[in-house]
Amino acid sequence: MEKRSTDSQVKGVSTGTTILAAVYDGGVVIGSDSRASIGGDYVSSKTINKLIQVHDRIFACIAGSLADAQAVTKAAKSHLSFHSVQMETPPLVVAAASVLKELCYRNKEELQAGFITAGWDRKNGPQVYVVSLGGMLISQPVTIAGSGSTYIYGYVDAKYKPNMSREQCLQFATNGTDALALAMGRDNVSGGVVHLVVITEEGVEHVVVPGDKLPRFHDE
Amino acid sequence: MALSNVLQTPAAGFNFDNATRNAALQSFFKGAETPKAMKTGTTIAGVVFKDGVVLGADTRATSSEVVADKMCAKIHYIAPNIYCCGAGTAADTEKTTELLSSNLSIFSLNSGRKPRVIMAVNILQDMLYRYHGQIGANLILGGVDCTGNHLFTVGPYGSVIKVPFLSMGSGDLAALGILEDGFRPNMELNEAKELVRASIQAGIMCDLGSGNNIDVCVITRQGVDYIRPYRESEYKDDRKIKYKYRPGTTPVLTEKVVPLKLEVVAETVQRMDTV
Repeated sequence: MEKRSTDSQVKGVSTGTTILAAVYDGGVVIGSDSRASIGGDYVSSKTINKLIQVHDRIFACIAGSLADAQAVTKAAKSHLSFHSVQMETPPLVVAAASVLKELCYRNKEELQAGFITAGWDRKNGPQVYVVSLGGMLISQPVTIAGSGSTYIYGYVDAKYKPNMSREQCLQFATNGTDALALAMGRDNVSGGVVHLVVITEEGVEHVVVPGDKLPRFHDE
Repeated sequence: MALSNVLQTPAAGFNFDNATRNAALQSFFKGAETPKAMKTGTTIAGVVFKDGVVLGADTRATSSEVVADKMCAKIHYIAPNIYCCGAGTAADTEKTTELLSSNLSIFSLNSGRKPRVIMAVNILQDMLYRYHGQIGANLILGGVDCTGNHLFTVGPYGSVIKVPFLSMGSGDLAALGILEDGFRPNMELNEAKELVRASIQAGIMCDLGSGNNIDVCVITRQGVDYIRPYRESEYKDDRKIKYKYRPGTTPVLTEKVVPLKLEVVAETVQRMDTV
């Protein structure tokens, strides 16, 4: 496997990624691509799911080293489950984001993983938090992350409007598959299918958009 | 080391006990290259089919340019319903799978339950992640349990990917081509065995580090069929003479017997309490 390492900073399998999350009126939409690569040359998985459920209404989108991200989300899942048993109530989204942030910040020398935590809770409704590589925690209404996100900052800034309806938001996110499709089209380490999850008070809905159903652009 | 309770989390942090030893050993080589661990240079593959999982592997173990073992077993037993193919450093894959197997059998005895593939995967992931890639084991785990037929791959850094088919090892790209072309969901047993055989064959033909025979292991609800070898290599050598010499071939010229003078320094007798 050494022949496939690597200019990338991440050792082993990396999720060179595009992930996005957006708040709308009543819920949260999160989306990701599905490619995992080693060294930018070899796609080790075309269909990996980067939207990991850490609690009933809270998801974490992963970016960076796959091994680190899986280890952190496993630890976070177990912390949150214990926390919610102790409190006898589902955890707040900010609590989930804080758990991930603590893990990332305390172990910043060893870890190379970033997350977008998104979900719904009874106290503050739908929320999105981004936990970056070094352990910074910030709340944002819409956020993108991963290597492919650099190609769509302009698009997202132009297209996102606060307080959209669910349809508008799905449009944005499936035209957030527009956003994701644009990023996947330009970033070599993002690709595959698009995973979308909509989280609301009522529940969680997971949609997979295969490659041939993704929007195409002028040059494709 | 087998834990009596496998769910107990081990002590946190790194264990650097061997780092000082390694640094000391380095000095023995006086600037020359330290010996490299033996790698299996391998092709392994796995496919999920309608009734279970088929795992395949070649049987060549190389030590640089020499074939160290022509009939090496790369499909390791983990549990009655779970087997694991290993690529990477030979010693690491061997020991990791043995450790996993013994942990799972203790778990089975304690809990009274058959182990699930996902449990094996989680234990492996935790262990390999803790060592941050120092254990060079690329594993394909396949098995059948009450939740269905599963195939997972675990990388040396601790990443886990669930797949319907996969190949690993130095011959993986050649094998993957065959698998990508021939795989369909819910294949029949014979098709699946043929597909795995063809993919390992491609690995053997196109990779110098893979060769010799092909082993196949079929796991279904009914049981396991470990076929070793499934296909023998066409290129078998024919030894012209025997290389074992009978006693007396080498003439004995002189014989000198020197008894070792051993002194009994201390003697302790401990009685066993037998009824």
